Amino acid sequence: MPGRYYKSLRKKQLLLAFFFITIPTLLMVLFIYYPLVFGIKISFYQYDIVGESLYIGLKNYVDLLRDPLFWNAFKNSLLYLLVVPPLQLISILLAVLLDRAIRGRNLFRTLIFLPVVTPITIAAITWQWMYREKGFINFLLQSLHIIDEPIAFLSDPKIALFAIMFVTMWKGFGYYMVIYLAGLQSIPRELIEAARVDGAKPSQVFFKVTIPLLKPYILFCSTMSSIAALNVFGEIYAMTKGGPVHATETMGIFIYNRAFEYLQFGYSNAAAVLFSFVVIAFSLLNFYLFREGGLKSYYA
Amino acid sequence: MPKIRKVLTYVVLVLFAILSVWPFYWIAKTSFEAGGNVYKYPPSLIPYPATFSNYVGAWKTVKLGNYYLNTIIIAGFGTLLNVLFSLMVAYPLARIDFKGKQLVLFLILLPMMIPVQNTLIVNYLTLRKLGLLNTYTGVILPQAVTIFGIFMMRQAYLSIPKSFEDAARIDGAGELYIWWRIITPLIKPDIATLVVFQVITWWDNFLWPLIVLSDSNKYPLSVALVYLNSTFQVNFRYTAAGIVLAILPVVVLFIFAQRYIINAIAGGVKY
Repeated sequence: MPGRYYKSLRKKQLLLAFFFITIPTLLMVLFIYYPLVFGIKISFYQYDIVGESLYIGLKNYVDLLRDPLFWNAFKNSLLYLLVVPPLQLISILLAVLLDRAIRGRNLFRTLIFLPVVTPITIAAITWQWMYREKGFINFLLQSLHIIDEPIAFLSDPKIALFAIMFVTMWKGFGYYMVIYLAGLQSIPRELIEAARVDGAKPSQVFFKVTIPLLKPYILFCSTMSSIAALNVFGEIYAMTKGGPVHATETMGIFIYNRAFEYLQFGYSNAAAVLFSFVVIAFSLLNFYLFREGGLKSYYA
Repeated sequence: MPKIRKVLTYVVLVLFAILSVWPFYWIAKTSFEAGGNVYKYPPSLIPYPATFSNYVGAWKTVKLGNYYLNTIIIAGFGTLLNVLFSLMVAYPLARIDFKGKQLVLFLILLPMMIPVQNTLIVNYLTLRKLGLLNTYTGVILPQAVTIFGIFMMRQAYLSIPKSFEDAARIDGAGELYIWWRIITPLIKPDIATLVVFQVITWWDNFLWPLIVLSDSNKYPLSVALVYLNSTFQVNFRYTAAGIVLAILPVVVLFIFAQRYIINAIAGGVKY
């Protein structure tokens, strides 16, 4: 009776599927979906860790929009977003250079990738040490006569955020380079050869052939680096904790401080809700900007 | 390739390689320096005279062994659950037909866009209700399911032909046996990739243990070193030695499993 056999097999399979998917899904519901919904709810409450929680409507949001520290953090996060992901595109150059048959290719790849596996806070402490007034970076810049006086990288409010951005980029180059290398390997050689035969200059090949074909990879990398830039936390916490005078306080630090230093859970969640709109908007914008291109568009 | 371009290629690559590696050298150098030399200016480029005393000091005075153990517990159990749950969710999604599969896939993928900060506070409150604050379980559980892992394992399961399970079924094997004994061993390389990737991710994990753990004796290395560094009670030479010891496992893991890590990252675009 094959019919009965398949019926019972199907039943067993569905049982397995149900059981396998349910347990992890319950965890996802508890720790991802529920927080999203409940987080929006408590953003309408005065929800402090001690005392009663009190429904206050939009007050948290109104207060936020009047809070200069919120706008300061917002501005810093935006600055992070405008500086780090675009500069991270240098990884494309690294990938192109390493895509050629040159000697020591694997060694270069390994060395440039090394920061990626380093825990970010540990990298941050190391850079903090090198950024000191009498640290290695000032020593290097002074020896090369680029600067006369040492720079206070992490205590000058005008410079500190950029000094931290550099650490974020330092950790990221190898990561994106590896993704672009995979992208370059997916491009058929004949397309590049054909452009060369037609007399295209190397720069033309790069901008007119390679870059358009890499578009899906650029989309992926810029989405990843945008989200990472907006979520940045560990390196800032480890190096400056948001100081000096809030100069390096991004949204991640602001939300953390409001919640776990000042224990204003409702207020902090309202900031998180507002900010997640920005993050989602940027992800969608990335998709819009890079929706075309890649190999498919080439053959279509 | 014209000579000048070749030279330029090497110049760029060498500069980037030095930039990438120099901080590692500098912290290692610091960790081998004796007392007064650390703050000397201009700094010496090599640790001379070199000493091991910072490592001894770090191990003895700052309970480095304890932080190490904490990290291993969190990374170990965290990775174990990550892999197990990824295999469980991915298997039916790849190999069993059922109604609503697309919806499940979509719902699993959806939260990738949402910033972590949105879940921090509520998860903190949930753990408090469950009495899991200041426990390793509290650190691990909210991050036990990894979306990346599910998609990676699904891709791996999809690549195995259906004939393997049919043959086992004819031999009378049960569904659970087929999953664990027949199909899953076939994707061992992918599992190894996920394991390496998750160990590195857990080693890097900072924000969540910082929030959940209130007892500094329970801190993993990533949090402990920041804590020690910011309290200024500890000599930086000891912190430097701690940093070297904390990075060492991931660097060694990376050197031996480089192929796996790079495959995992390069493959990320596909999902």
